[in-house]
Amino acid sequence: MKKTGWLFLSMFLLLSVILAGCGDDSKTSTGTKDGDSKDTSDKGAVMIYGRGGDSTDLDPAITTEGEAFIVTQQIYETLVGYEKDSTEIKGELAKDWEISEDALTYTFNLNEGIKFHDGTDFNAEAVVKNFQRWAQSKDEAKFAYYASMFGGFEGDEGHVIKEVKATDDKTVVFTLNRPQAPFLKNIAMSPFAIASPTAFEKDGDNFTKNPVGTGPFKFVSWKANDMIELTKNEDYWQEGLPKLAGVKFKVIKENATRLNALIKGEIDLMDGLNPSDMAKVKGDSKLQLFERPSMNVGYFGFNTEMEPFNKKEVRQAISHLINKEELIKNFYEGTAEPAKNPMPPSVSGYNDSIEDYEYDEEKAKALLKEAGYEKGFKMDLWAMPVARPYMPDGQKVAEAIQANLKKVNIEANIVTFEWATYLEKVQAGEAPTFMLGWTGDNGDADNFLYTLLDKDTIGSNNYSRYVNEDVHKLLLEAQSTADEDKRNELYQEAQVIIHEDAPWVPLVHSKPQLAGIAGIKDFVPHPTGSQSFIDVSIDN
Amino acid sequence: MFSYTIRRLGSLIPVLLGMALIVFMMIRAIPGNPAQTILGQQATATAVAALTKDLGLDKPWHIQFWSYLKGLFSGDLGVSLRTRQPISQEVWPYLAATMELALVAMIVAVFIGVNAGIISAWFQNSWFDYIAMIVALIGVSMPIFWLGLMEQYVVALQFDLLPTSGRDNIRDPVQAITNLYLIDTLIAGRFDQFFEVIKHLILPGFALATIPMAIIARMTRSSMLEVMRSDYIRTARAKGVKMFWVVYSHSLKNALIPVVTVIGLQTGLLLGGAILTETIFGWPGIGTYIYDAISYRDYPVIQSGILVVAFLFVMINLFVDLLYAAIDPRIKYK
Repeated sequence: MKKTGWLFLSMFLLLSVILAGCGDDSKTSTGTKDGDSKDTSDKGAVMIYGRGGDSTDLDPAITTEGEAFIVTQQIYETLVGYEKDSTEIKGELAKDWEISEDALTYTFNLNEGIKFHDGTDFNAEAVVKNFQRWAQSKDEAKFAYYASMFGGFEGDEGHVIKEVKATDDKTVVFTLNRPQAPFLKNIAMSPFAIASPTAFEKDGDNFTKNPVGTGPFKFVSWKANDMIELTKNEDYWQEGLPKLAGVKFKVIKENATRLNALIKGEIDLMDGLNPSDMAKVKGDSKLQLFERPSMNVGYFGFNTEMEPFNKKEVRQAISHLINKEELIKNFYEGTAEPAKNPMPPSVSGYNDSIEDYEYDEEKAKALLKEAGYEKGFKMDLWAMPVARPYMPDGQKVAEAIQANLKKVNIEANIVTFEWATYLEKVQAGEAPTFMLGWTGDNGDADNFLYTLLDKDTIGSNNYSRYVNEDVHKLLLEAQSTADEDKRNELYQEAQVIIHEDAPWVPLVHSKPQLAGIAGIKDFVPHPTGSQSFIDVSIDN
Repeated sequence: MFSYTIRRLGSLIPVLLGMALIVFMMIRAIPGNPAQTILGQQATATAVAALTKDLGLDKPWHIQFWSYLKGLFSGDLGVSLRTRQPISQEVWPYLAATMELALVAMIVAVFIGVNAGIISAWFQNSWFDYIAMIVALIGVSMPIFWLGLMEQYVVALQFDLLPTSGRDNIRDPVQAITNLYLIDTLIAGRFDQFFEVIKHLILPGFALATIPMAIIARMTRSSMLEVMRSDYIRTARAKGVKMFWVVYSHSLKNALIPVVTVIGLQTGLLLGGAILTETIFGWPGIGTYIYDAISYRDYPVIQSGILVVAFLFVMINLFVDLLYAAIDPRIKYK
């Protein structure tokens, strides 16, 4: 027995020596490191942004992925940009612009004295070359976003942009084939940022690993699935900006671990905060909470071609059976608002005067009776298999809906598939009812209503296969109307009809949560999901 | 011995070929189109079709497999569909990260596991034996996810001893040379960073070591118990050899064969099976690399990633087999 004790003790001692050695070391080494990185004197601090996934590309033009735009938003700039907290348009690389009467000519006057990170000049010619790179590629696999926002490529029938011309060094003129109302909002999107023509011509396919733009931060290094490092652009054209000395994007997959790293001070800001951790962040004086305005909608859709969901009354009846407030309380931890329209309130043209279908079993029963289904029916309910901001737990939401349907004798059988298959099958019209959502691209009503509910988009994103000629007319008219107020009216009108037809039950607009250390100043999460850190600073 | 090694290496080829074929078929049996996954929900049907063609996924599967094989024989592991980078370049940093972690985990697991097993066998039915075996039982069935987060909470946050996650200090990252950070920091002469890297290895290392440690402890104990009942041990004790030497020298040598086998198998498993630990500790390892590839349907990465892990697994076990002869001279390979 004596010997066991001795051995046990010596092992324990050895371990504790190892641990203690490391512990001591931490004090001396982190001391100096904090010194050089958190130094806020005049260089500014380096901010570390923790997130759940790596970027695939740093050439914004060839990707559709949010994690990429979070980074490219710092390196690149667009001709026009979004306001800090909304999708209203403001000048960025372009100082101002004029739109012709017929909405076919856009003339941009560019800011002067701007250089790309490789030292070459930003000018009208550079803008032209960027648009040529996309339009003349005819490569839909590569420049997918360009094709989908501007109706294909040069020479295609639906292509919106006829010509991009540099009339002088500081003036670019866009001529359109047909008016495109959300044109400015489209070119403000991250994928249409202006890159250095010298760099993309030289680097070819490697350009995505060596991004060169005009933005406030320059690319330094990229360790795949670990960290992307950017440093301040010392020659940035806007006086006094950026305020940070650099930004690092660190991948920490697991939300709980990322929060631990934030609490420990290893990172400064994080996205993807679990709603259940909000209380922890609120209760910690060293942390602060940020809420991203919603640019999405989560919904429960009907296949309007299938029995019995081809009957409006059935769809309306089910709309009366879904208790959105309960769903938000139970599955979104309060980080969402109930949806009554297919688009979020942050998008202009939102119709706030619409009265939502209130939760009411009696009304639902009456409507079902009217449609001839007072005895109920059996149906398949497709539950979303993956977590998305607008649908954190598809299975549970499906079960909640299932329980409510049971009250009027509708027996819902929950079905689910792997995500890619789910999308494919829903797109092909195989699901009678399904759960899905949408996150806006450019913050325009067209990107919700036309993309999701126009008869033209059946087979792509109109999963409900909803056809209404009046809605179609309104949406097309809105597309070719340049006047903002007139457009908004058209969209509001369309929402009234859609509400009456109820091709979906809009469920929620979710508001993603972020957390950061208390010293972060002027960080405003943008509804599009990516924002520039241009004027963000860290106070100690 | 030499010809045995050559023969074993030769038998690697059909194993890896079979492996490649099975993986190739299996991932194509999972529903989902890589092009759709890469382009996302917003993509138009023509864009998906164009990308599918670009990626060569519209060709019949046997042609795809053949061109993959041809690539393999010329040392080309293929190109990732998602990042469009050659996998042979891409895979090493991930593999290095996992190897470093697995090495630390195995050192911990072997050191504690073997010793705990020996002492348990030595003092069979003592309090140490009971406690060690209960701990081992808990270890085998420990949910790593929970353990990892608890480690972070207690050691990193409450006692502020170690960092929560990652391989290095984010504010002072290691300059990758070989991608084995323990070596890179030494090459750079940055001893402060070297200790920083060790600190980052401890928590995930322990989390990853839990299961192999428990298995090794149980295996060592039962193997030791068997050997210690044999006649030559009784003889050794009868002639007055100190108990410590009876255990650690006479018995251990003969008890080690099954233990070494288990250690070899567990090391192989750690290389591919560290996904949970890697996820919780933000460790950019090969498990995460393959796991991500599965969710993106990045076929070449899944195929080649698994092939690399399988290759290492087989190599480790070959090494273990050769080790038998070194441990026990009675074993000879012809």
